[in-house]
Parts: sequence; structure tokens; C-alpha cells
Amino acid sequence: MSEAIKKFMFVNTKAPYGTVYALESLEVVLITAAFDQDVSLVFCDDGVFQISNNQNTEASGMKNFSNAYKALGDYDINKLYVEKESLEERGLTLDNIMDLTYEDDDWAEKPSIKLVTRAELADLMDDQDLVISS
Amino acid sequence: MKFTLLINEGPYQHQASDTAYQFAKAALEKGHEIYRVFFYNDGVNNATRLAIPPQDDRNITENWAALAKEHELDMVVCIAAAQRRGMLDADEAGRQGKDADNIHPAFHISGLGQLVEGAIQADRLITFGD
Repeated sequence: MSEAIKKFMFVNTKAPYGTVYALESLEVVLITAAFDQDVSLVFCDDGVFQISNNQNTEASGMKNFSNAYKALGDYDINKLYVEKESLEERGLTLDNIMDLTYEDDDWAEKPSIKLVTRAELADLMDDQDLVISS
Repeated sequence: MKFTLLINEGPYQHQASDTAYQFAKAALEKGHEIYRVFFYNDGVNNATRLAIPPQDDRNITENWAALAKEHELDMVVCIAAAQRRGMLDADEAGRQGKDADNIHPAFHISGLGQLVEGAIQADRLITFGD
């Protein structure tokens, strides 16, 4: 395989269950991490709902895959950017978002989620080799 | 330049596959390289060999197949996305105990690793979809 490490940013813009994009994007994220690439995730627009607390899909009959986000830390995926404006536009705060964490090299538990503004996000995107949105 | 293309929408419903095809054709004419074309999400449906579009319309799958033959394109269909949507080649149909297969021979089934490897190897990954 390749020795090159690229910076992959996955931008999640859609709600988790209305379309299949969130679920199938997560599959790509996990495979990309398995290739030891530099992976970060963005949650903006309705994408912030992908990591909202207390998801319950019982009435819709769909598979609740929200627990998979909790495993991201185990794959060394710990740069999860949540866009501040998107939360505000939807009447949400970080209290409505899952408490996603990872363990650092000293086994200390650290938060994976960073709240960023739209302007900060633009700078972060500018710094990537690949920006893949869905 | 070396490109990998990612196609995320199905044929006819959405322009994504047509645009990707036109892009691939134009890029190849200009002497660029298409390292891989990867079909994901509903994009896997572009690989069906059973579609019968009206005769006065384009045949998207056959267009891809012809371009692939001319330029030896590596066209990969994601296995997980394909299975979920009932897209199988003969091997996979046999393995899964299904009585039919529908993947055009110009395409082949493989894993998402092919997308990531394509993204690493190419100068640009271009997504066609929503």
C-alpha cells in the first residue's frame, strides 16, 4: 500500500436517517482511518443531528447507528468539528451533542469534539488534501 | 494530472454519472490519467447490465463500458453498497445463494479500500453527487 499520508476531511451535512449518506459516509471514514490517514470530521447544516444525543429510531424501523460514532476514538479519529452556527440555527447547543471522547497516549480521556465557527471551518478546510462532503 | 472519480448517485435520476462520464472523457482527451472510477451510494446502480433505456436516449452503463474498454479504466463498485441494493456479480450471487446477477462485466466489485487507495494515489479525488 501507499506510504503517503493525506489529510482527509469528511464533511457531514445531512441528517442521519432521511438519506443513507450519513451511514455510508461513516463506512468510508472507518476505512480511511484503517489506511492510517489523517482523518477529521465536520458536522454542519443538518449534519449536526448525526451526533445528537438520545437518538431513537424505533418508530421509523431504521437501524440506529449512532453508537458507531462513539467508537471513532478507538480508531484514532479524534478531530470532530461541530459548526457553531449550524447548532445555533437549529436551536441546539453542545449539551444536545454526544459526549465523544478518545484516549490520548497517556490513556487520559479527552474530548474529540471541537466547536468551531464557520470562518474557522473555512481555514481548516483550506489546510486539507481532500475534502469529501455528503 | 491523475484523477480518481467518485460517483455517488444512480443513473438517469441524477446527472452525477453523466457529468462524471463527460469529465472522464474530456480529461482523457486532454491526456490526463483516470486512475480509478469508484461507484458508491446509489452510484452502484450505474453498473447494472440489465437497464433498457429508450433507444433515443443515452445508455449510461454502456457509455461507461465503452470508455473503460478504450482507455482500460478501472471501474470499481463498492461491495457493501452494491449488496445492500441488490447489485451482484456472478461470483457474489453464487456466494450469497442468489439466482441472478446483474453487474456489467466492464465493472468489478471490491471494497471501500479501493476508494481510499485511489484517493491517496491520485492528485485529485473528484466527487460527483449531491
